[in-house]
Amino acid sequence: MTAELGHYALVLALSVALVQATLPLLGAWRGDPGWIGLARPAALVQCLLIVAAFAALMYAYVTSDFSVLNVATNSHSAKPMLYKIAGVWGNHEGSLLLWLLILALFGAAVAVFGGNLPAPFRARVLAVQAMIGVGFLAFVLFTSNPFVRLLPAPLDGRGLNPLLQDPGLAFHPPFLYLGYVGFSMAFSFAVAALIEGRVDAAWARWVRPWTLAAWCFLTLGIAMGAWWAYYELGWGGWWFWDPVENASFMPWLAGTALLHSTIVVEKRDSLKNWTVLLAIVTFSLSLLGTFLVRSGVLTSVHAFATDPTRGVFILAFLIAVIGGSLTLYAVRAPAMKGGGLFAPVSREGGLVLNNLLLSTACATVLLGTLYPLFLDALTGEKITVGPPYFNATFGPLMVPALIAMAVGPMLRWKRGDLLGAVQRLKFAVIATVLALLATLVAAHDGPWLAIPGIALGVWMIAASVEEAAYRLRLFRVPVGESARRLMRSPRSAWGTTFAHAGAGMVIIGIVASSAWQVEKLQVMRQGESLAMGPYEIKFQGAEPIDGPNYSAVRGVFRVSRNGAEIAVLEPESRNYQDPPMETTEAAIRTGWGGDLYAVIGDPTGDGSWSTRFYNKPMIHWIWIGCLMMVFGGLVSLSDRRHRVGAPARRDVPVKAAKTAASMAGK
Amino acid sequence: MTRKQRRLYIVGGFMLIFAAAAALVLMAFEENIVFFYSPSELARKSAEQPIPPDRRLRIGGLVEEGSVQRDADGVTITFRVTDKVDVLPVRFRGLLPDLFREGQGIVAEGSLATNGTFVATEVLAKHDETYMPKEVAEALKKAGQWQGKEE
Repeated sequence: MTAELGHYALVLALSVALVQATLPLLGAWRGDPGWIGLARPAALVQCLLIVAAFAALMYAYVTSDFSVLNVATNSHSAKPMLYKIAGVWGNHEGSLLLWLLILALFGAAVAVFGGNLPAPFRARVLAVQAMIGVGFLAFVLFTSNPFVRLLPAPLDGRGLNPLLQDPGLAFHPPFLYLGYVGFSMAFSFAVAALIEGRVDAAWARWVRPWTLAAWCFLTLGIAMGAWWAYYELGWGGWWFWDPVENASFMPWLAGTALLHSTIVVEKRDSLKNWTVLLAIVTFSLSLLGTFLVRSGVLTSVHAFATDPTRGVFILAFLIAVIGGSLTLYAVRAPAMKGGGLFAPVSREGGLVLNNLLLSTACATVLLGTLYPLFLDALTGEKITVGPPYFNATFGPLMVPALIAMAVGPMLRWKRGDLLGAVQRLKFAVIATVLALLATLVAAHDGPWLAIPGIALGVWMIAASVEEAAYRLRLFRVPVGESARRLMRSPRSAWGTTFAHAGAGMVIIGIVASSAWQVEKLQVMRQGESLAMGPYEIKFQGAEPIDGPNYSAVRGVFRVSRNGAEIAVLEPESRNYQDPPMETTEAAIRTGWGGDLYAVIGDPTGDGSWSTRFYNKPMIHWIWIGCLMMVFGGLVSLSDRRHRVGAPARRDVPVKAAKTAASMAGK
Repeated sequence: MTRKQRRLYIVGGFMLIFAAAAALVLMAFEENIVFFYSPSELARKSAEQPIPPDRRLRIGGLVEEGSVQRDADGVTITFRVTDKVDVLPVRFRGLLPDLFREGQGIVAEGSLATNGTFVATEVLAKHDETYMPKEVAEALKKAGQWQGKEE
């Protein structure tokens, strides 16, 4: 019964979304306040209906209702509760329902918190948001209905892919989707602004918090995915430039560029066309990512569906959204004149450089991701574009962006002084030179690229810190005065400091963990030891154990340093029953200096086991750096100007004025 | 600074970065694209023209029954990959993926040594038991040896 209710709620949601996508738009055009006013309640009702549908599916999972086909294929009664819940989005249909839920939640958030938006503009935003909703609701209802019944019901389900039965992965998709779908807000605002033919500082101020929130979620989602790959796949790697990873990384790159270009629109009323285009591109890349992953053109853990009708549907939807919005852009954009002028060396100039480099880097990733698909479709030749391609193209493009990132915040708006900015960063320059020398001495036998790599990370962190100190005039005015400045300086500036320093930490983590990693691959007998750097690892033996829905072999390794035991590593090799599958559970010991990573492989037959160990220096800096970037985003999000002082438009555009007048008249 | 000048700078900067990116992409494509071959395709290609041992390739097929052997060091494994037409010996040093089985489809990345053995640096087996890597399925179909159901 609940399944049917869920299905019914989705059908109702589709009809509400159809109304929400059309009438408010017409109302805003004709200046009809009644139709404009429809947008808000429609968004709320649509959201409630989708929440109901999602709850119905979750109920079916929690109660293990195997008469629902989706539950029967993806769940199992012996599964721990967390994974029953996470199983809702661990499959094609359910994950699309999650997509929809988040889309509707964002729509409802605009309806609730968008009080400071002019009513016609809000109506247009919500209408565009509903158009996306119509597309996805139709997709779910016509090709991927999660509520299909399976009669007679099987006694038990087929279970969830064991690789996905992991706390890290349980929350990876929701965060990723919050990011992907969050960019739909930037898209809806951009399209609404194009319809009105007006982009200004107030617009940028409305768009920015949504973009910032989406960016934080996406950063967190990607970081969680990478972390999961690191500890679950047992290869010690965390990023493989796999097409599915790229699908989430491209919107991140474009979104990061968007985040920076909205600052220019907000502060200087410049780069408007570009920012609107970027908003469209960012969401288009999110859709493309969904298409790549969901259509089954890529084969990977993520690709649940391999049904061609679904692929065709998403492709058509993709063409409609991207084609439609770009056509609108082509018609409207030339009329939007850019405002403030600026010199090449200036804060704006720095942000333009950031945008150019990020979007070019994004384009190279796009090319590398799609090229094999095109080649296969056109010539039938099968190729792989692997990490070497991305390292050779993406890397060199990012380096200038990262160097410039430290200087940018020190430049003045309109016309900056590059030499002066570098002089004000003298301590950062000194720190960088010291880091360069220190790594040169300490690690001269590693790959030489690691030396400038570490220096680059130190430069980014040190410059961020020094920029903050400069802002507080630390040590140049009395401490009390600095403290007062600390209280008064805008949070968005602090957000920049944290996010940029976090990016520096990520760079250091990547460089150190890949350049100075030590790997040992060895067959070990019980009682045998091996030396790895300063550590000695002793194999105590392997024992069989039983988990809730798997059996496993657990290896016990005692790690000591200078004779003192510091850790016991217990990697497992698990054997799941439903579905039958083996997984590798690495054991990781995180210390101040980095991670020690142990994997137990197959028995060789004569009582010994193949084992693999890694020593990965400073790899945790990657995770900490990502969290710091997210923290920076959140700090910036809490900036006063997003909370109080509703961004007001200076003058009212003609159409809106007409609407306002007619509203006042009624 | 006028509007025109600013546009000139931005467009100039864009062209510069774009040119650099294009150059990087072309160079990277030249060196880093990895082609996928089935054992029979590989045999044909290397008969036409010897493949240099530093060229990275991907191969795929079924692991031949009874062909998996472990060297004395315990971590080097040799096996044969077949598309039921040709057979290719493969050497791999490392931990095999969880789903590596005789008779199962795998994909390996590495290079062809001069003695005709494929030296793999990475072996991929897909994530569930019934699943056949797409490349392998198509290679088997091409060789006329596909026994699964038609899609």
